[in-house]
Amino acid sequence: MTSPVLPALKSSRRDLIPHLVIAIGIAITAFPLWVAFVASTLSNPEIAQAPMPLLPGDRAIDNYGEALMQGGRSGRILTPPVWEMMLNSTVMALTIALGKIVISILSAYAVVFFRFPFRMAFFWMIFITLMLPVEVRIVPTIQVITNLNLMNTYAGLTIPLIASATATLLFRQFFMTIPDELVEAAKIDGAGPLKFFRDMVLPLSVTNIAALFVILFLYGWNQYLWPLLIGTDARMQTIVIGMSKMIDSAGGPTDWNMVMATAMLALLPPVLVVVLMQRWFVKGLVETEK
Amino acid sequence: MERKVVYPQKVLPYLLLAPQIAITLVFFFWPAGQAIWMSTLLQDPLGFSVQFVGLENFEAVLKDTAYVATLQRTFLFSFGVTALAMIPALLLAVMVDRVVRGATAYRTVLVVPYAIAPAVAGALWLFLFQPSIGTIAYPLRLLGIDWNPRIDGTDAMIVVVIASAWKQIGYNFLFFLAGLQSIPKSLLEAAAIDGASEVRRFWTIVFPLLSPTTFFLLVINITYAFFDTFGVIHAVTQGGPGKSTEVLIYKAWYDGLIAQDLGRSSAQAVILMIIVIGLTVIQFRYVERRVHY
Repeated sequence: MTSPVLPALKSSRRDLIPHLVIAIGIAITAFPLWVAFVASTLSNPEIAQAPMPLLPGDRAIDNYGEALMQGGRSGRILTPPVWEMMLNSTVMALTIALGKIVISILSAYAVVFFRFPFRMAFFWMIFITLMLPVEVRIVPTIQVITNLNLMNTYAGLTIPLIASATATLLFRQFFMTIPDELVEAAKIDGAGPLKFFRDMVLPLSVTNIAALFVILFLYGWNQYLWPLLIGTDARMQTIVIGMSKMIDSAGGPTDWNMVMATAMLALLPPVLVVVLMQRWFVKGLVETEK
Repeated sequence: MERKVVYPQKVLPYLLLAPQIAITLVFFFWPAGQAIWMSTLLQDPLGFSVQFVGLENFEAVLKDTAYVATLQRTFLFSFGVTALAMIPALLLAVMVDRVVRGATAYRTVLVVPYAIAPAVAGALWLFLFQPSIGTIAYPLRLLGIDWNPRIDGTDAMIVVVIASAWKQIGYNFLFFLAGLQSIPKSLLEAAAIDGASEVRRFWTIVFPLLSPTTFFLLVINITYAFFDTFGVIHAVTQGGPGKSTEVLIYKAWYDGLIAQDLGRSSAQAVILMIIVIGLTVIQFRYVERRVHY
């Protein structure tokens, strides 16, 4: 670095166009979020005056308070208070994320560290579920749920979504990289399979678990079709479903400030998880798509 | 690949597998089997008698002009979403790859929409495009464009395509950026010394080396547009106006649960299953294992 000033100047001019393009990209990405946030702080008459103000109003506390405590309205349909729906979404997202991690790490451990009849058959059974998303087996799955009396229960909302080929594949791939010497050493020290799992495999898997957690939390929180089918009772509604019900699709009057306040509350938890756990999120995305 | 050192227990592995296999059998294999079986049955309208009809339901579905129209609409929708989600993402990735500072901060912002539920993304864009009040609809009106996604099918399609693509740009951006960063800089420098312009360097070196990433993203985005956009459409347009935003997944849901036509809806479900299997096979067989961070 003989002349640190000149190259810096040169590179900053060269960077002008990229920075400009990126700024436009970020503006387009952020614009809907900003407008939604602004709308959530306005009164409905303020929103209705075209064009709507683009700076926040003073009704933030009133709007969010009303949404959280009383819920919104669409035509004659009243949605439950948003805090109840957020609770449902939280239970659903956490149960699905943790449930998937637990049953997948156990099945991957069984498939990798043991030899037993039909081992590969079981592995393929799990793998094939990749090809059977909820969307293609709607009607018969509802019949199964009805027969098991699981309509409008947390169990019905979560258990059928807990099987996970992706997570099993990821753990299997990772377990393959654990050196044989480690297993050998554990065996010589007299560690049985459960002790080896608890003391070696689990601690080694922590970053994989964190990465999967971020991806699976988003998956659970953002579910749409499944809670729409299973949570028909207003008490079991998730916030994403509740928000969409506040929009009057017939084109009637919609309380947009309530819809946008609810939308902000619906997107906040997954966005926070992604931003705060970004390192694991990126790892999770890359690993689960392999 | 197999491990050499394993544990000898014979019962324990079955216990470890039991929860996953139980869920798989009850909620995946049984309903999927039912769907396939029901797709070969014809139920009379009152539900009194059921008759085995072989592949007649499939024939009826594939000959149905409404189904064919939905199929074409789904291709149009998927094409729109894929193009609109991938091209800006590639452009942004190329730009971020060129700047020295701030890449992580840009990444953080661009990836936020990926975390948002499809239905919520749909609501945000629907609000911007509301005919009387929307922040984007208003200038459109000033320009003399008669904009109304509640009445006009094309307008409605534009809204659901934009909302679906907006959600996916950050994801594509991440993978394009990783792909770009794995291209050896020496290659580009050599070409620059040989006098190749920046545009030429992009098309002759960068773009070909990115093609595995591009192909992978193509499969992922098509899968996304086909199967993960139900929330956008249900929340924003309910398939309307008319049927102008009804895609395959929406029709399968509508015919099965609202119209209660079990045989034909199951035939549609089986067709969708075949599409998923095709996309999954392509993804696992032909898509190269990609770059690492």
